[in-house]
Amino acid sequence: MSLVLLSPWDLSLAAGLVLLLAALSWRLRLDVERRMLIAAARSTVQLVLLGLVLKVLFEATHPLLIALLALVMLSVAGWEVMARQRRRYRGVWGYGIGALSMFLSSFGVTVLALTLIIGVTPWYQPQYLIPLLGMLLGNTMNGIAIALDGLTRQAWDGRVKIEAQLLLGAGWSEAIGDIRREALRAGLIPIVNAMASAGLVSLPGMMTGQILAGSPPLEAAKYQLLIMFLIAAGTGLGGVAAVWIGSRRLFDERERLRLDRLRVK
Amino acid sequence: MTALRIAGLRPLVHATPLQPVDMDLDGGAIVLLSGPSGAGKSLLLRAIADLDPNAGEVFLDGAARSDMRPTEWRRRVGLLPAESGWWGERVSDHFPPPAGGAAEWLVPTLLSTLGFGTDVLDWEVLRLSTGERQRLALARLLANGPEALLLDEATANLDPANRERAEALIMEYRDQHGAPVLWVSHDPDQRARLATATGGRRLVIADHRLCPEDDA
Repeated sequence: MSLVLLSPWDLSLAAGLVLLLAALSWRLRLDVERRMLIAAARSTVQLVLLGLVLKVLFEATHPLLIALLALVMLSVAGWEVMARQRRRYRGVWGYGIGALSMFLSSFGVTVLALTLIIGVTPWYQPQYLIPLLGMLLGNTMNGIAIALDGLTRQAWDGRVKIEAQLLLGAGWSEAIGDIRREALRAGLIPIVNAMASAGLVSLPGMMTGQILAGSPPLEAAKYQLLIMFLIAAGTGLGGVAAVWIGSRRLFDERERLRLDRLRVK
Repeated sequence: MTALRIAGLRPLVHATPLQPVDMDLDGGAIVLLSGPSGAGKSLLLRAIADLDPNAGEVFLDGAARSDMRPTEWRRRVGLLPAESGWWGERVSDHFPPPAGGAAEWLVPTLLSTLGFGTDVLDWEVLRLSTGERQRLALARLLANGPEALLLDEATANLDPANRERAEALIMEYRDQHGAPVLWVSHDPDQRARLATATGGRRLVIADHRLCPEDDA
């Protein structure tokens, strides 16, 4: 079995379906056709560029170039986490909390997987590192964004509850404990659901790709499992880090609830 | 007996025009505070409890607030906010677990003084009325054993019978523990009545500073 190469013509056919959908959206006045076409164009440009970049990168295996790409991926993911917050932290924290916790979890888990589990040499071989990192960033990004948003939203709405506990002598960590647990739980639910339904409802994207590329299905399944476990670990670690730093930042050195450190989008 | 001394205290939130406040309350002393809404009465109480950023210093029996952990400070100066917060599902989630010995009777006594049976502890918070919440918040605060009382409209939503119960309980607590009481009240009758009964001072916030309240 070998890979069937896609011609530009094949892709144009698929793109035609998107055009058709856009026309339908215009006809039904759904008002999403513009955004849909822009998104489709963006993904085309971004993915073709990424393909070109990866081609160069795979040939060079230069650590500096790889680090640069990894950094770009991380900063975009950090920006994305910030953009999804309804109430953001003021100052560098708005960007920093998400980016730092993603750095800790995604980079940590990726390096761990490359050195201990997959065991490629050198460990930063881009064929493995970049896709792995991309999958991890993309998924932990979701979890962290949901968890942080839950934390700040509930703290904002629950000011009276939190302060009632502070007034009776509770510490900051105790006063926000319930909210913190709730936010973390919400952040973990997507990956838990994905693991539970994998293979029954959905055929995960990575496994699909490997099968299309000609891998034996069982090997593809094993890789998919590896990725899912890594994503679960990364989301958990990243969520814990983000919610911990975020909740600490909501209180000052005298353990006062400082909602003025958030601003409404 | 615990004395509360406030020195140059000023809330530092959204440019409050309130001038720095100095006030001395000996153990058992009462100050009844009033003023137009927005004058900064609640902000002053929050600043004393160190719940908002603020400048100045507060002493409890000569011990400076800044030398104390904020958790300890807030437990000792009991602030009863105008709006009470409830974080658990049932009323009992908001009271300390029953202790052994004489303290075991503390919460039931507080509750019955305010007109509740002990079954109130099993009630759901969502089903409480505003007045019930206010009385239960007072019981919850006193069960915590504060050494001073900062009361923000402690009886505003109560009918006359319950207001009397709450006032009596607060006065009894003050007598037993020698706690100074700083009481924000919108009700002129209440201020006059309590000041006469206890020899307390009446203060009003006017022109961003504290002045003695004149009888109209």
